[in-house]
Amino acid sequence: MSAIPHGLEHGHDHHHPSGLMRWIQTTNHKDIGTMYLIFSFIMFLSGGVMALTIRAELFQPGLQVVQPEFFNQLTTMHGLVMVFGAIMPAFVGFANWQIPLMIGASDMAFARMNNWSFWLLPPAAILLVGSFFVPGGASAAGWTLYAPLSIQMGMGMDMAIFAIHIMGISSIMGAINIVVTVLNMRAPGMTLMKMPLFCWTWLITAYLLIAVMPVLAGAVTMILTDRHFGTSFFNAAGGGDPVLYQHVFWFFGHPEVYIMILPAFGIVSQVIPTFARKPLFGYASMVYATASIAILSFMVWAHHMFTTGMPATGQLFFMYATMLIAVPTGVKVFNWVATMWRGSMTFEAPMLFSVGFLFVFTMGGFTGLICAIAPIDIQIQDTYYVVAHFHYVLVAGSLFALFSGAYYWLPKWTGHMYDERLGKLHFWCSIIFFNITFFPMHFLGLAGMPRRIPDYNPMFADFNAIATIGAFGFGLSQLIFLFTVIKCVRGGEKAAAKPWDGAEGLEWTVPSPAPYHTFEEPPQVK
Amino acid sequence: MRHTTRASVPLAMAFVANAASAADARYNLQPPVTGVAEQIYGMHSMMLVICLVIFVGVFGVMFWSVFRHRKSKGAVAAHFHENTAVEIAWTVVPVLILLGMAYPATKTVISMKDTSNPDITIKATGYQWMWGYDYIKGEGEGVRFISTLSTPRDQIEGGAAKGANYLLEVDNPVVVPVGKKIRILTTANDVIHAWWVPAFGVKQDAIPGFIRDTWFRAEKEGVYRGNCAELCGKEHGFMPIEVHVVSAAKYAEWVVAQKKRMAAEAQPAAAQASANTAAAG
Repeated sequence: MSAIPHGLEHGHDHHHPSGLMRWIQTTNHKDIGTMYLIFSFIMFLSGGVMALTIRAELFQPGLQVVQPEFFNQLTTMHGLVMVFGAIMPAFVGFANWQIPLMIGASDMAFARMNNWSFWLLPPAAILLVGSFFVPGGASAAGWTLYAPLSIQMGMGMDMAIFAIHIMGISSIMGAINIVVTVLNMRAPGMTLMKMPLFCWTWLITAYLLIAVMPVLAGAVTMILTDRHFGTSFFNAAGGGDPVLYQHVFWFFGHPEVYIMILPAFGIVSQVIPTFARKPLFGYASMVYATASIAILSFMVWAHHMFTTGMPATGQLFFMYATMLIAVPTGVKVFNWVATMWRGSMTFEAPMLFSVGFLFVFTMGGFTGLICAIAPIDIQIQDTYYVVAHFHYVLVAGSLFALFSGAYYWLPKWTGHMYDERLGKLHFWCSIIFFNITFFPMHFLGLAGMPRRIPDYNPMFADFNAIATIGAFGFGLSQLIFLFTVIKCVRGGEKAAAKPWDGAEGLEWTVPSPAPYHTFEEPPQVK
Repeated sequence: MRHTTRASVPLAMAFVANAASAADARYNLQPPVTGVAEQIYGMHSMMLVICLVIFVGVFGVMFWSVFRHRKSKGAVAAHFHENTAVEIAWTVVPVLILLGMAYPATKTVISMKDTSNPDITIKATGYQWMWGYDYIKGEGEGVRFISTLSTPRDQIEGGAAKGANYLLEVDNPVVVPVGKKIRILTTANDVIHAWWVPAFGVKQDAIPGFIRDTWFRAEKEGVYRGNCAELCGKEHGFMPIEVHVVSAAKYAEWVVAQKKRMAAEAQPAAAQASANTAAAG
């Protein structure tokens, strides 16, 4: 590259393909970021339709809408699609758009690999969603794909396994790209401890991805060979152990939880200081807390398995380690509140979603602490309490942070201000319907309703009816977001280079919309 | 800030007390009937109170800030961004609170795991989709039966009115004497199931090819119901667990009746038996 004279490099730009080929061939981090975001929103809507079908069936006791087998396919695919199709790619989309802009790099380190990591996703999604239409339907073993149930499934299971392989490769490539970009391409003067927190959280997340996606690939490959090649990794009759699968899966699965929440912490840590017009409280402790959470996340996997019957010492170790995670997580919450304290706050949509995140995510944090207590967990494991818990951290946590970040950076991406009234409407509808949907699930779980069942005793009827009404409200509210974004892309008030007066960072030094190429000359950070 | 926190503590307590006193289990764990379930119930209530107090404290501060420190109210941003003393305090204090929570939890874990010296040992085997029970030691040794959902199909799929125990009723319930230590061995025939009775505070995965155990000592006579708690295929929601806790005398009667039933089933000519099995299969 360095051999090409500067002028020629620019000339190249005028020939870059237009139309569909632009998107297929692009190596531009902004194009790729946009594609990730659009892809994840489509997957979010698909997973949402599955969720609403589930909730429709659960509206009343009795079987009305779907049969149990298809119900199990829906719960399985809802989980897989939301985790691997919606939340993870959405954060990678943010990373693609924002990390080069925030560290003053001209693009991601490996631009062609970046293209490839995105374009692996649509075939994976087609495999995954297409498995509904093959004989036997999609996998119905739950998103955790526990053996031996997953051994019993039809070919939909194999398609899900291949989809997970492909998405895993995509994630690993994306993660390597982010690590190399952050470590090597920061503008002169930007030391690691001056880096915006979003980049820090993504750097740590990327290491988690590199560490655990191969573990997941190993777990599902063992299922594949148990299914077709006569191995018995998880079959006791052949010397295997079904619980081994759970150990391997959750060794991936628990860091995965933090893969989905650490970048959310990063977004919130950018948004709150902006709208409080005050620097982030405890920047260094935020970095250390993120790193401690990441390290601890490798030592807590078996808290998903308290009911498998592990020995008391095992239960105690995993209980203590899990409780310990509350400490760095608490530090983060306190830091955000302290950032708001004595600020000069305004509440535009990004700030509303971040404050909403803080409030509702913390509830999910507390129920997580309650689930960490092994004896209580044995009572509520695999009940609706757990369903409530992880939707509080994944929807009110990851998803709300994604919305916060989307409204925050939309002016930079599109060059237009979004419609503030619609953004606020989206927030209030989302947070109200979210709580109507998921809060009653705590009561259902405590009272003894198991998860992953298509039908239930009438004593659970009222809370289920409320949850279903909330779910439909929540689903429809997301169309407000779609409409607001389309409206913003098509026009609107012109956005200044720095549309938020409290914002800081290199991304606000380039015009809005950010030009196709930015920071060809690295900026100086003092 | 201090004022908000202090006012909120009794409020939170009152709320929890109210919720707990609502005798039916609609908002809380089912009423416990074993020592372990009692401990779990108490621990959950304690944690709920602690979490609520912290929650109200932290978000009292946040909402105070949200309402007071607004630009529209002329708030001017301060510039502080660190305070070592405060940061150490809010790292150390949570650790102490966690230690307080871990202590009772540790005691309960240890007592839950103590399956020694049972009065009666029952093996529960998970099948797709029913439970098999073998009384393998203690009074009733040798009793064995299969327990399946007894809710009629037309209540599930048709419009028939649903009974009070819809999906939580079986043809052959487990019967155990009150006040005796019952050890449950779990295993499974096909995939992983889980044997769960909320009122006993017992949930144990049933893993094919392996045997795990758990125990309970029910202190109150009655009928207690639970479900399979591990996704096990399409009828996962339709393989409940029903346990009748009865007096020692009633239990002895039940054992005699069961033995008679099994003897009667074993009696008929072999040909008759195999014909029956074929018809049932």
